[in-house]
This record gives sequence, C-alpha cells and structure tokens, in this order.
Amino acid sequence: MDKKDYKNVFVFAEQREGVIQPVAFELLGKARDLADVLGEKVVAMFLGCGIKDQAQTLIEMGADEVIVADCPELKDYLSEQYSQAVYQIIEQRKPGIVLYGATTIGRDMAPRLACRLRAGLTADCTKLEVQPAKEEGFMDLHSTRPAFGGNLMATIVCPNTRPQMSTVRPGVMQKRERDPQRQGVVTDFAPKFDTSKFKVRLVETIRADKNVADISEAKILVSGGRGVHDKEGFGKLQALADQLGGQVASSRAMVDNGVMPHECQVGQTGKTVRPNLYIACGISGAIQHLAGMEESDLIVAINKDKYAPIFSVADLGIVGDLHKIVPMLTERLKREMAQ
Amino acid sequence: MDFSYSKTEQLFLQMIRSFAENEVKPLAAEVDEQERFPIETVEKMGKLGIMGIPVPKQYGGAGGTVQMYIMAVEELSRVCATTGVVLSAHTSLCMAPIMENGTEEQKQKYLPKLASGEWIGAFGLTEPNAGTDAAMQQTTAVDAGDHWVLNGSKIFITNASYAHVFIVMAMTDKSKGTKGISAFIVEKGMPGFSIGKKELKMGIRGSATCELIFENCIVPKENLLGPLGKGFNIAMKTLDGGRIGIASQALGIAQGAMDETVKYTKERKQFGRAIAKFQNTQFQMADLKTKVEAARLLVRSAAWKKDNGLPYSADAAMAKLFAAETAMEVTTKAVQFHGGYGYTREYPVERMMRDAKITEIYEGTSEVQRMVIAGHLFK
Amino acid sequence: MNIVVCLKQVPDTTEIKIDPVKGTLIREGVPSIMNPDDKGGLELALRLKDQFGATVTVISMGPPQADVMLREAYAMGADRAILLSDRKFAGADTLATSYALSGLCRVLDYDLIIAGRQAIDGDTAQVGPELAEHLGLPQITYVVDAKLQDNGHLLVHKENEDSTQVLDVEGKCLLTVLASAFEPRYMSVSGIMEAYNKEVEVWSADKIDVEETKLGLAGSPTKVFQSFPKAMKAPGELHEVSEEEAVELIVAKLKEKHII
Repeated sequence: MDKKDYKNVFVFAEQREGVIQPVAFELLGKARDLADVLGEKVVAMFLGCGIKDQAQTLIEMGADEVIVADCPELKDYLSEQYSQAVYQIIEQRKPGIVLYGATTIGRDMAPRLACRLRAGLTADCTKLEVQPAKEEGFMDLHSTRPAFGGNLMATIVCPNTRPQMSTVRPGVMQKRERDPQRQGVVTDFAPKFDTSKFKVRLVETIRADKNVADISEAKILVSGGRGVHDKEGFGKLQALADQLGGQVASSRAMVDNGVMPHECQVGQTGKTVRPNLYIACGISGAIQHLAGMEESDLIVAINKDKYAPIFSVADLGIVGDLHKIVPMLTERLKREMAQ
Repeated sequence: MDFSYSKTEQLFLQMIRSFAENEVKPLAAEVDEQERFPIETVEKMGKLGIMGIPVPKQYGGAGGTVQMYIMAVEELSRVCATTGVVLSAHTSLCMAPIMENGTEEQKQKYLPKLASGEWIGAFGLTEPNAGTDAAMQQTTAVDAGDHWVLNGSKIFITNASYAHVFIVMAMTDKSKGTKGISAFIVEKGMPGFSIGKKELKMGIRGSATCELIFENCIVPKENLLGPLGKGFNIAMKTLDGGRIGIASQALGIAQGAMDETVKYTKERKQFGRAIAKFQNTQFQMADLKTKVEAARLLVRSAAWKKDNGLPYSADAAMAKLFAAETAMEVTTKAVQFHGGYGYTREYPVERMMRDAKITEIYEGTSEVQRMVIAGHLFK
Repeated sequence: MNIVVCLKQVPDTTEIKIDPVKGTLIREGVPSIMNPDDKGGLELALRLKDQFGATVTVISMGPPQADVMLREAYAMGADRAILLSDRKFAGADTLATSYALSGLCRVLDYDLIIAGRQAIDGDTAQVGPELAEHLGLPQITYVVDAKLQDNGHLLVHKENEDSTQVLDVEGKCLLTVLASAFEPRYMSVSGIMEAYNKEVEVWSADKIDVEETKLGLAGSPTKVFQSFPKAMKAPGELHEVSEEEAVELIVAKLKEKHII
C-alpha cells in the first residue's frame, strides 16, 4: 500500500427507503472542510435502488462527485450487499478518508469494511480535523471521540494505513447551506456481487412504535414539575416534545398526584436520564430530581422562581411563565424547522 | 487469621448485592406501605437457590455455608428488612432445626421443597404467656396412639400465613418442666391447625406475622422432631442460630442507613456547603461506621464458628446484641442527618428506623442476649 | 448446537469519576464487570441452550484478572471458558483484537458466535463485525431477539433507529446483541458453588491460528494520539426577560448545540 495513492474525502451518503438521512448532509459539510484544507475533492457514495435522481442534492450539499450504485440488491440495507459494493468502490478509487454516520447502518458496515480493507476505523467521532503527519508531505486525520462512558476524550490517528475511516455521531457536524448552483459529477457504479455470500434475508421491516420508548433512552426530554399544574399543562409540554422529536418526563410531585405515570419520573426514586437536551419546565429542582438529570448534555430550565435550585445545573435558565413560553417556543420551532 | 471473603463468597456477594439492588430495593417502600408479603421476591429467591443456601446438595440445597447465608440476609436487609427476615426465619428457624435434628425421612420429605423455595418455613415458640420466659409453654401435645394431638396457640410467628412447614414447640409432659417440651413439624392444612390474626406492626411490615391456632390438631407420629422432651433444647439451639441471622439483618439495616446517609449528606447543601463537609457529620459518621464494622466482625465470627462446628451460642448473642443496638443507633442518627426529609417516607431511612427496632426484640430481646452472654461468662 | 460467546471485562464506567483538581480519570477503586452487552449475549446463548440444547463456550481476551468474569459466566450456566492471555496481544486496537479472537474461533467448533454490541469502555461496536469479517461469517448487529427455526435457520430481530428488521440467516453467523433486550439471569447459588471447581482454560498466542505480526500494537492501524478529560461544564446563564426574548434565547441555544 502506498499512502500517496490515496486521495479525496469520501462520504457514505446513507439513505433509508429512498430518503437521504440528515447525517449524510452533516458528513458532507465536514468532508467539505477537510477536503478544502487538503486541496482534495469530496465524493459521496450513494447506494440504493431507484435513488439516482437524488444525486444532485448531494452535490448541492457539498459533494464534488457522487458515485451512484443503483440496483435491486441495494434496495434495503443488508451488511454483505452494501459491504461488497462500498468495498469495490474504495478499492477502485482509493480515498484518503472515508466518513460514515455512526448509525445502526454505519456502525454495522464500517467495521466490516475496515477489516476487509485492513484500515483503521474510529467510531462515534465528535470532532475531525486534518493535521500535518510526522512523515513529511502527508496529512493525518485526527478523529476525536468520547471514551470511558464520556468521561474521557481520545484523539485517534492512523499514521501508516489508508484509507482513514471514521463514523460520526448524527447531529454533531454542521451541514452547509444548500447551494442549487453547485456543479458536480454523477458517476454510475455497477457492483459485481458475489451472491454466494448473501446468507441473510430480510423477512420484514416493522416500524417502531414511538409510545413505548423509555425516557432513559430518549435524546430529548421535556420535563414538567409542579408548575405545570395538570394534564392540560403537560399537553403543552407534549407538543414541544413532539416538535423536537423528544419525550415528556416528570418530577416526582406530578407522579405522586397522579398526573403522570411512574415510568415518566426522573430522579432518585425514578429514572436517571442523560439526554442531549433536558428542558425542565416548572421544576424547582429538589436534590433528588437533580441527581437524576444533572448529567444531561444541555439543560434548559424555565421557572418563575429565580431562586429555584434547578438554575444551578441549567446551562440556560429562563425566569418566566412556562405556560406562555412553552407554546410560543413550540410555534417558533415549527417555523424554524419548516425552513 | 483470614478476614477476606473467599473467591466463592466474593462471587456470591456480587450476585446477592445485585439481586438486592435490582429485585428487592424497588419493592421495599411498597411492601412496607401496603404491609404486603413480597411473595414474588421469595419465588425468585427460590429459583436462584437463595432459599436453600446452607442446605446440603443431597437435600436439594446449594451446599453453601452459613457465612454465605448471613451475607444474603445482610444484603437483602440493607435494602429491605422485611425480605431479610423472611429468609432468616425460613433458613435459621425452620430448615436448620430439621437439618440438625431431623430423621433421614424428615430431611428427605421437607428439605428439598424448603430449599427450593416451593415451601416457606416458620417457627412457633412464643405464646401469649411465654415470651422471654419460653419455658412457660401452654401449648400441649398429647400422644393419641397413632398420632399427636396439639392444643393451644402461638403468637408473633414470622412468615405464618405464607408458610407451609412450621417447627412448633409443645408441652408433652408438664411435670418435667422444660424437659417436658417437644418439637413437632406441623404442616399447613393439618386438621385442627389454622392461622389467626395478622399483627399490624411498626416495622418489617411486609413480613406476615400471625397467630397459630391448634384446636385438637392432628399431627402424625413421625412428625416429632428430635427426641421426646428435647424440644426446649432444640428451640434454644435453633434460636442461637437464628440470632446470627437477625444480627445480619440488623447489620444490613445499619449498613443501608449508612449508605443512604453518606449519599444524602454529600448532596444536601446547607450554609453553602454539603453537610458531609461539616465536622459534626464526619465525626458522628466515623463513630457509626466503626460500630457497623465491629458488628460485622462479630456476626462473621459467629457464623464462622457455626460453619466450623465450634460452640457459638455466646458469639451469636453478642453479635445480635451489638448489631441490633448499632442498627437502632445508626438509623436514628440517619433520620437526624436527613432532617425533615428523614421523617418523611420519601427517604428510606424513616422505614429503616422503624425496621431496626424489632431486631432488639425478637429471637431474644437485648436483655435476653445479655443473660445469655452473662450465663456463659459466669458459668 | 455449539455457541461461542465473546466476553470483555471492563471498568464500570458509571463508577468512574474525574479528579476535580487534576482533571484526570480516577480509576482506582472502579470495579471491573462483565461488559453489559456481552452479558446480554451470554443470556441469549443460555436461552437458546435452555430451549434447544447447546454447549456454550465463553471466550475472552485480557489479563489474568478476567478469570473472575469467566467464573461468573460459569455460575450463570456456561459450559466452557477460555481466556486468551498473552503479552503479544497488548496494545491491540479493535482490528488486532478481533483478529486474535478469530484465531481462537478458528480452532473451536461453533455454529453460532454471539458478541455484545459494544463495550462500555470503548463504545466502538467494531469488534463484533470485524470478527465476523475475519471469519467470513454473515453478521447481524443490534440484535434484540433470535430464535432457532425448524429448518435450522435463525430468525433474528435487529433494532434500528426507526424500525425493527426481521432477518432470516442460514448457516453459521455472528450476532451482536443489545443488553436491554436480554436481561441477564443472576448467577445461581449452586452455580456459584461450582464455579471455582471448573477450569478456566488460559491460552497463549501459540495455541491459536494467527500470524504474530498482525497481533497487538503492531497489528493495530489506529493509534491514540492523545487523550484528555472532557471539558468541565461552565456555569450556566440566567435570564429574566420577556417571553419573546426568552424564546429567541432558547432557539439560539438549541442551534448553537446543533439540536435543531
């Protein structure tokens, strides 16, 4: 393997049922930054069935070239089919860097490919940058990721092998503004499948039922306390949660008085949660509640009492009436997200 | 001298601690609040072999040690004293006397079902007029040729309404005093045997504490446990073993209250700092921790002697006396450290303080323990 | 059916604290545990054993201290335990680790390999798929259910972000499972009593089918460039403003954190 032969930043542009996933755009945004530093191209690998007409979208989101593998074998994601196709593209085109979303698809396929390619792979990265390598004339990808349950950050490099591969957590990188004027190349690619290796057959796909989700698994929680008053109040929180794709949680007080079920309770006698976003509405923040949620990545608190202890753990505290602010916020987000 | 847990005991501790945390702790407040026997927990314990820890494998037990059994009682009691006493009464007061005094047929008949948790065990000694003075037994057993006939009643019987097998003391010859007391294995459903009223208690409220009533109760001849007239000895020896169990229960309650208090005082802030930072908290907690560790050594030493066939009567009494009084002191202070919150049911120390009290009373009050200890001392 | 289950002993990361003064990880006193997803994998294997009969072999790569975890596996119901322990494995990344494990699997007789989705100390989720690739096996990751059908195929439920796929797999394969789907059984007391009477086989690199140059640090394409503690949380901001301004503040914050 000669490192000099490996060039350009490749992105696996994940689609599900013909819909390009947001993480693909986020990866293109980051790939664009990296490629610009390297003076290289951004190439999207776009696999599926009946998807070719969407290739232009990937160009508009930052790709210089889109390699499209459009065939019936790639209709649904299956490890072996997709691995064979992506492997063949990488073998042929020799990218310096390949990025995947750290989704159930990316995390299934990328390690399989890393092994097939004998390449280094860094999982769940939150930061990517290129830095001059020890070896003159080369640049290395520095992939930073959390380890030890998020207690430690580690920066990983692959100094001797190419391509350098990383998976990136959805929602971490920033997508670029869409540019309808952007020009790029769409290249067709026809994988040569070894069907003897296809041992896994998709029997059916069952849509997930949103209501059964566990609050401790939720990425976004809108949580209510005594200040929410009643079921109607929680309706406002639910609307906000729906808008954000999150769930509603509750303090102990609102469980004890029967407004909310016990499964929704956060705190010492309820569940410990660590979502990406915790919006505490009308929760004063007794220590037993804080113990259950203070590890959340981002805490927004809305409370009338400016001395409420919840503000001591909040990243953003708003002294105000949740019954006014929450519906206004929901409306504002509706407009924001429609854009 | 080796104070460390063996590798097997360490593995066991890992299991029982996680069982207590995940299966027992979540039910503790509800079991107390509703005065509900934790039958689902007992079933789970049965499946895992916890209901038959020191019973030999040949009788369907796990073939473990007394040390492991008392570790189980401690870990369960740390989160739920009710569950701790269910196991303690079952193991120490019912299975142990059968293992130690039963005929081969009795062991074959009762131990496998008790050890698997299919049957729960209980023990009947205390009567309305025979508490600390256990020799004053008024329940009688009369030899009716091919069977025994029991009459009388027992009170404060742990596990009573859920138990299948009862070790019952009755007077077979009043003229001989304590030497006229014999032990019987009574089964639920035997003619003339019924369960009376359930006590409403201050603590360990989930344990089913009831009266046993014998009205011309017919007990088969082969259900006499041990020799005729040896019932008092059997009862006293059984209680010696039982005291190690109750000492472990008390130790568990004390440890549970320590755990809660350490956690709370680190979180609770007053005057701008965690109350754990105050020297008053630190000094008091240091004293309590020292007592808990001392109690643990007494308990383990008594269990070690029992495992090794050494006399342990005084050791068990000292362990129970000290562990029970430590539990009472630790839980009382734990409530104090929690302040107003500690007096509410929102925090488990309130329950723990109520639960701790019984350990100074049952299976021999603290005064009885002092009598036993002094008896050995001045013998 | 012969099932091989891959286990890793990991520090209980929920117990890891950051030294508030030095900003470093406090690893002292942190208990070592069987990785939760792996324990879920062992539970799946034991359920298949309960239902269809199977021999469950647990394997692990690690230092001699991993013995206690394999005893735990025995106490839960495993039939055989092998610990790969050799200085030659030191410094292995996921590729070199999965390569060593593949060398062990190649000398075992197996029908199914089960691994946890990911380990809580690394969270990479890479060893399972890489092991499958080394062995040329089909893989199914994120498994929440697996049943053996009459035709000998496994019917597997794989959980994705938005759906569950039902997959039929023919022949030998590797599954990686989620702990949440397979609540592990407790060790039984009689299992605990027996755990130290059984043998944990300790194997060195010579005993498995591998090329030494692909092991350990030398066989690892990834290198740790640096590691550092996660930045401490800055004190939050508190605003007493109009409702309209409050909404804008929140929206701006959500954008800043890429939540919207």
